[in-house]
Amino acid sequence: QKDSIVGKIYNSKDSSALSGVTVRLPALNEDFTSDENGQFKIPANQNIAGKKLQFALVGFTNKEITLGAGDFSVYLAPLGADLNEVVVIGYGTSKKKDLTGSVTTISAKDFNKGLVATPEQLIQGKAAGVQITLNSGQPGAGSTVRIRGGASLSATNDPLYVIDGVPMTTGSIGNVANPLATINPNDIETFTVLKDANATAIYGSRASNGVILITTKKGKSGKPVYNFSSTNSLSKAAKLVDVMSGDQMRDYINEYGDDAHKALLGTANTNWQKEIYRTAFSTDNNFSVAGNIHKWLPIRFSAGYLNQSGILKRDNMQRISTALNLSPKFFDNHLSVNLNLKGSLTKSFFANQGAIAAAIQFDPTQPVYDKTNPYGGYFEWMNADGTIKSLAGRNPVSLLNMQNNTGQAVRSIGNLQLDYKVHFLPDLHVNVNAGYDITRSNGKKLIFADASEAFSTDGNSSRSRNVYDNYTLEAFLSYNKDLGKSNINAVAGYGYYTFSTKTNNYNTYEADDTTILTHPTYPLSIDQNRMLSYYARLIYTYDNKYILSGTVRRDGSSRFAPDNRYGYFPSVGLTWRAIEENFMEPAKKWLSDLKLRLSYGLTGQQDIGSSYSYQNTYYGSQSTGEYQIGDSYYSYYSPNAYNKNLKWEKSLTTNIGLDLGFLNNLITVTADYYWKNTSDLLGNIPVSVGSNFSNYLYANVGKMKNQGLELNISADVIRKRDINWTVSFNYSKYNTTISQLNNNDPSYSVTVGSIAGGTGNMIQRWAVGYTPYVFNVYQQVYDKSGKPVEGAYVDRNKDGVINSNDMYYYKSPQAKSTFGFSTNFGYKNWTLATTIRANVGNYMYDNVRSNFDNWANVNNTTTDAINNATVDLLNTNFHTPQYFSDYYVYNASFIRMDNLSLGYNFQDISKKHPDMNLTVSGTVQNVFLITHYPGLDPESNSSAGIDYNLYPRPRVYALSLNLKF
Amino acid sequence: CKKDLNLTQLNSVTADNIYTSAAAYKEGLVKVYASYAVTSSQGPASSDLGGIDAGTSDFLRLYWMAQELPTDEAICSWQDVGIPDLNYSTWTSSNTFLLGLYTRSIYQITIANEFLKESTDDKLSARNISSDSLGLIKQYRAEARFIRAYQYWVLMDMFGNPPFVTEYSTIGTTNPPQIKRADLFKYVETELLDIEDSLVTARDNEYGRADQGADWALLSRLYLNAGVYTGTTKYDSAILYSSKVIDAGYSLNTTYANLFKGDNNLNNNEEILTINYDGVNTQNYGGTTYIINAEVSSAMGPTKFGIPTGGWGGNRSRSPLPNSFTDNTGATDTRAMFYITSSSTTTITDPSTFTQGYALTKWTNLTSTGATPASIGGTYCSTDFPLFRLAEVYLNYAEAVLRGGAGGSTSQALAYVNLLRQRAYGSTSGNFGSITLTDLLSEKMREMYWEATRRTDLIRYGMFTGSSYVWPWKGGNASGIGTSSYRDIYPLPLNDVTTNTNLTQNTGY
Repeated sequence: QKDSIVGKIYNSKDSSALSGVTVRLPALNEDFTSDENGQFKIPANQNIAGKKLQFALVGFTNKEITLGAGDFSVYLAPLGADLNEVVVIGYGTSKKKDLTGSVTTISAKDFNKGLVATPEQLIQGKAAGVQITLNSGQPGAGSTVRIRGGASLSATNDPLYVIDGVPMTTGSIGNVANPLATINPNDIETFTVLKDANATAIYGSRASNGVILITTKKGKSGKPVYNFSSTNSLSKAAKLVDVMSGDQMRDYINEYGDDAHKALLGTANTNWQKEIYRTAFSTDNNFSVAGNIHKWLPIRFSAGYLNQSGILKRDNMQRISTALNLSPKFFDNHLSVNLNLKGSLTKSFFANQGAIAAAIQFDPTQPVYDKTNPYGGYFEWMNADGTIKSLAGRNPVSLLNMQNNTGQAVRSIGNLQLDYKVHFLPDLHVNVNAGYDITRSNGKKLIFADASEAFSTDGNSSRSRNVYDNYTLEAFLSYNKDLGKSNINAVAGYGYYTFSTKTNNYNTYEADDTTILTHPTYPLSIDQNRMLSYYARLIYTYDNKYILSGTVRRDGSSRFAPDNRYGYFPSVGLTWRAIEENFMEPAKKWLSDLKLRLSYGLTGQQDIGSSYSYQNTYYGSQSTGEYQIGDSYYSYYSPNAYNKNLKWEKSLTTNIGLDLGFLNNLITVTADYYWKNTSDLLGNIPVSVGSNFSNYLYANVGKMKNQGLELNISADVIRKRDINWTVSFNYSKYNTTISQLNNNDPSYSVTVGSIAGGTGNMIQRWAVGYTPYVFNVYQQVYDKSGKPVEGAYVDRNKDGVINSNDMYYYKSPQAKSTFGFSTNFGYKNWTLATTIRANVGNYMYDNVRSNFDNWANVNNTTTDAINNATVDLLNTNFHTPQYFSDYYVYNASFIRMDNLSLGYNFQDISKKHPDMNLTVSGTVQNVFLITHYPGLDPESNSSAGIDYNLYPRPRVYALSLNLKF
Repeated sequence: CKKDLNLTQLNSVTADNIYTSAAAYKEGLVKVYASYAVTSSQGPASSDLGGIDAGTSDFLRLYWMAQELPTDEAICSWQDVGIPDLNYSTWTSSNTFLLGLYTRSIYQITIANEFLKESTDDKLSARNISSDSLGLIKQYRAEARFIRAYQYWVLMDMFGNPPFVTEYSTIGTTNPPQIKRADLFKYVETELLDIEDSLVTARDNEYGRADQGADWALLSRLYLNAGVYTGTTKYDSAILYSSKVIDAGYSLNTTYANLFKGDNNLNNNEEILTINYDGVNTQNYGGTTYIINAEVSSAMGPTKFGIPTGGWGGNRSRSPLPNSFTDNTGATDTRAMFYITSSSTTTITDPSTFTQGYALTKWTNLTSTGATPASIGGTYCSTDFPLFRLAEVYLNYAEAVLRGGAGGSTSQALAYVNLLRQRAYGSTSGNFGSITLTDLLSEKMREMYWEATRRTDLIRYGMFTGSSYVWPWKGGNASGIGTSSYRDIYPLPLNDVTTNTNLTQNTGY
């Protein structure tokens, strides 16, 4: 008799052994079960060769194989969410089930599809507590990303981005629309969003606004896999501002205007917005190969070419990008090497966005062209003596066509990471990560000599050049040891970060490039800052049930004086995997996971944009700011305002989290509730006049509270052979309040939120007891028919006089809650997916209406020109602008379908290459919008809640091909 | 590695790097003067101040608005928040322009303090400044103290009880103490008297720098208004210091209009101290650029005012100004410089319509020969602004005499006033035979309208608030209504009262 046949069963996801698998041999009507090592034995029997063997385990897909001879291995694929999935956390990895902090992972299969030019757009609407607002329709436009609403006033509210372990520079890069647009989204494998203090505190002083870890795609073992994809799309404006037509304007002026005014009317019917926008074509092509060279060198190489055109005429961005990853292992896998090199060249033509507001305001009764006009042959407002009316608006088409503004940026980001598993102590890893992020950019802007825009100077010519050199060195030790029922996972490390920005200051000239308009004091501006950090983390796990995690980071920043330079940022997290308790046994039939998380910790913020705010320094004057004494003009030095007491902003966050899994994690629910208290808030706010060299100063001025609730639900609704349907839903509730500013005066507030119209008008406040950027307005009085009465406001303080003491705080741009919904439906080879997003309780100030909708604008006696307004002027009929009426603060709640895509997967298209796989998909982006907001778009171009000059977010129709073999 | 965190800006410098020679100290003094001319040393788009639009943050624009808009001389058509409040005398403590003026004045004081702090004997010897230049630097210090005294006068006149900082105050976030109006009067007076001997003799300093003439002119103005500031009049002293100016050899310009033109820095023996502007080198959207552009609309032909690309159509007169001239065409009294067309009216039914109310032509960027000075962009003006000129000192003398001051004579007072009228009429045909205080107030309007003295003058006459004298749109009413007397002082800006806990708000606000 032969020996028995031995089989071993593994989890296909992580190759862990699976115990308790039912193995059925129908031929003998016999069942076996795998042991704790995943092994089972079948007694030797001649008759069973070639017979079927069936495997079944709760939570895994069933599998059937045909028995051959000899021992064999079987891999079962897990159903539902895989809790053993490995997630990248700061300085290391963790299994999903062991996470102690609030962490959300979004991987490539869940990314948004279609025309996605910039990485953060991949995950818009996908995670609770993460608000991503595309800033505009400009090619490569950036997004405002807010994790849990933002914790600061004047310091940045952007999260920290860490790419393959290298923290990226914050702030903008010259001559590109958005720094993230220099990174090709196609090279990204996963996003991990760290939200609570336990997850983020290891990033210390840059972590208050959350951390987004980006992991790029890596080389793979096995034979090379080639991937070619091409997305071609058409973009067009989904909506235009509802302004008056030429005929409406003629009727209006003929009814209300005087003779001088009527004489200005033209005979045309020009839709200026249609003159400046177009249907734009974009193409995005990517190639990648991932595989092994000589068996020992996993490699991935990719190249991409994006050519995106904006719906604003002439607007264009091209990006050529490449990425290389090498991930070999040496010395019997003791040394893992990971080399990432990314490079991109971004070339942009920046169309003049000044044309957007101009197209709303310019007189629709005038033609586009006037051949006799000396300013390029466009219609312009001219005085009788042949000079241009200096303050009148400029022809929007001329604004677009009479200037060339180009920029290009070469950026390279790379890192070399070495992970050494010590030979004599394999539990100990030594990890060194050296990274760089360098950019060279330059730009040139020319406004033509005969452009009406720069009529007073015969054009304008300027150029720019920026150099960014940022380096990172991280070194850490990690130690992972099982001690009986306990597990210890410890990390301790050191980080050194240096950032430097060099900006060339050039003369500006008239269009002839010889007549100097301004010349700078210094040929070069150099800004540098550095950080020096130590950090440590200990995760102690007992019996797979109780997890205690603690982190601490000490950061030193060159932005602060030596006395305030160092900050400590500790955190602690406690996790109870209740599902592992014996008493949960009865519930396990339907409940597959129950985990409670509790965390508490301190994070910081130091990025106030300025590197030297604590130092008493002087700066030289510009050529335009000299002063005459006697017969000479003198240049001179001026002292900078400074605050030597400047220190870290601190956020103390408490987070309670609950993770639930039902039916073998076919349904997972994650809920988090948090309180964040920020103190020593960094604000650029008024200081006592006379106390410094400015009345505004960066100082630690107050306190802010963030509170919120997040809920993520994902479900595999159907998983059958031909049909699968997944649904994911997220909900976030936000509440942000300033709890103290400057001193203890409860009525203290700082005026913010500049609006268009008038000089220096601001519509918002930072006020104690209110959400930042609350609107500060008058309460409008309406007549019986519901029309706003001009200049009639409610006397809120009842003193008989209507003045600024009657203004009140009314609503805020911050959404009270946001919703995200994604679903993916597959039937045979078809896939249908969509992402829908909603914001509730956010308000917006319609600065388009408030600025244009009044008689003084339409019949402008100062500029001596006719200007257009929105059709709402016919309703309000305001004579003068009512900038501060709450009439213009609208509820901007909305539901938007961001993305709808339908794909078909062709398999077996080549006999020669059985693995060849072609996917064709069509995507519509910005599909529909449901809102009561009357303006162009309820999401303003920033988080500030002021709608003006918004570059419309286009509706995009994209067709994608993806070929893999 | 710790040293790696000590980074300094490679472009900027410290006081020790800068103050290495007498020439550097002169540049330091220039910064003191420049602080009332520009919004920022970085050009017209930047500001030394926060919380206010850069273009409206220079000294003269704000000072002019505070002195003219709430009076019978001027009204602005713009609807920017805070402007109608000034037009109608309904301002509150949150008025941005008042905040700006207060902040700008104190900014210049802070800069003067910094200069004084960096030019002490100890610092000069530590920096090895040659002993030949110590005399010069002593003059510079006296001038910095003069500028500081001038701004404290502005603050005392406008806000009564401002915060008080000197070269001994620390720079940081410490709240400055408040000073009472009467104490500030004493301080300004003591400073002006103390520096008198350190200043260059009258008319002997470089153009744009203060000398003894400026010191006396400010003392003359200070003493004339002493009753308003302290409750005790000082007309004798007003006469004394007016006489010192008059005897110093200043003389009236032959042509009145040339005082307000783009080349008024040349051949001008009437101006005692000026703020200097230039269309190329000293640009900003305030100063005379503001006064001239806001005076002119595009229909008036900006080219005719030397601002080919300008003309903002904002400020024009209220009826009492043109009505103060028996003939406002300029044919007899050449000081009547109005833009009158067939459709012009002196009546204003809608303050936001620029074409209602006579526009002015007094201020211009054109030179006395009709040329347009060099200007980048064609909007910035080169006309300098006289902070003090001889005509005012004549009128100060006359008023102090009529109010009973000793040391002068009525006949001399009449003679001085008639000098102004003779210049205006080109002959003695307009001369007064006798003169009353009421005549003098009218005469001052005719001589000095739109030169930013009107509010102070009306207050001294007790006519700025109350209902004894009303003008169109005073109190927000088309024909004018009375206002409360607490408005004789502006409120301390709300922002600063809440920030600086040492401050007590002025009564009524």
